[in-house]
Amino acid sequence: MKYETILTTCTYCGCGCGLLLEVLDGQVVGTLPLKDHAINQGGLCIKGWNAHEFIYDEGRLKKPLLRKDGFLNDVSWEQAFEEVATHLKKIKEENGPDSIAGLTSARCTNEENYVFQKWMRAVIGTNNVDHCARL
Amino acid sequence: MRMLEGKEVSAILGLRLNHGHPVPFLFTKAEDLKDWVADEANRYPLTKILIRIAKKHPEEVIGIVVRGCEERSLVELLKNFQLHKEKVKAIGIVCGQELANRCRCDRPFPSQVEEGELAKPVEEFSDIDEIEKLPEEERFHFWMRQFGKCIKCYGCRNICPACFCPTCTLEDPNLIKPGGMPPEIPIFHLHKAYHMADRCIDCGLCEEACPMGIPVRRLYRKLKKSVKDLFGYIPGEKEEEKGPLEFLGDGTYELPGTGR
Repeated sequence: MKYETILTTCTYCGCGCGLLLEVLDGQVVGTLPLKDHAINQGGLCIKGWNAHEFIYDEGRLKKPLLRKDGFLNDVSWEQAFEEVATHLKKIKEENGPDSIAGLTSARCTNEENYVFQKWMRAVIGTNNVDHCARL
Repeated sequence: MRMLEGKEVSAILGLRLNHGHPVPFLFTKAEDLKDWVADEANRYPLTKILIRIAKKHPEEVIGIVVRGCEERSLVELLKNFQLHKEKVKAIGIVCGQELANRCRCDRPFPSQVEEGELAKPVEEFSDIDEIEKLPEEERFHFWMRQFGKCIKCYGCRNICPACFCPTCTLEDPNLIKPGGMPPEIPIFHLHKAYHMADRCIDCGLCEEACPMGIPVRRLYRKLKKSVKDLFGYIPGEKEEEKGPLEFLGDGTYELPGTGR
């Protein structure tokens, strides 16, 4: 018998509400708002209250998928990175960095989004960065 | 700690300091209790958490650290068959006067206290008086304005230590179409208020959880007052006493006072 609450940050939007994932015997069973968090101060929205629900969802993507001959197949992370890097490099060489755009996600943290735009500008060399919340 | 060492209970549910935040935790080892905190400002619905643990581990006897309000909610949960009395051991702690004042708590201590000084009960109903003074139309507008702020997060229901139905009427697929809009105002709030009328133990967690600052506790306090005036019943007090709205009766029940 083991019950603990894990301190974490809601991933649904950029507000960054503090929440607690309730873990009973190794299974995430619920969400509670963190009462003394500077941002949400003990409150959550409907998405935050249900932040744990996708964890065991059957439709959740857990592995990278690669489309081959019209079908999506499971591949290793190594293989997925290799594929992405090769293609991006090729596009950049042939058509220049501004032929690439990066779209990031509201489900990432501020810090992850920062790293992403930095990577687009410094590694790819383009300012074409946008965010799904603006689409 | 003695209870855990002596195997009187297999675990104790309380708050533990985690990265500087007091959060709910189930202590299963006596040595872990050094991290236990009785934090004043951060109240969590511990009794509600206990239902979940107890349902998965029905054989275990679990201790729970309770304040006055949490003990009252425990009484309601036992009364409504959500927990087994012999499987729960309440460990009473007191609230400081500051917290009691802030909560406007009329019973800031449980029936049995391990240690500490009891805070003075606070009988303060200025929030209800203020509303009652308003003419009916203004009162209605006040509440409609407040309910209009609601973002339907269901937080007041989720955190409520006296809410336990497996299928909540506010989410029953037979009544509310899944994928559609939640019930409208004021039905959403009034429905919950009606359900809580003889169960609300006035802990105020609902109002603390409301991200929109709706004074929901005021609504429940008013209802609690009405139930007390009409039926002489106070939720969370006596375990053997059934709530007046819980049973249909045989028709002989008469309202005390002026009544019918």
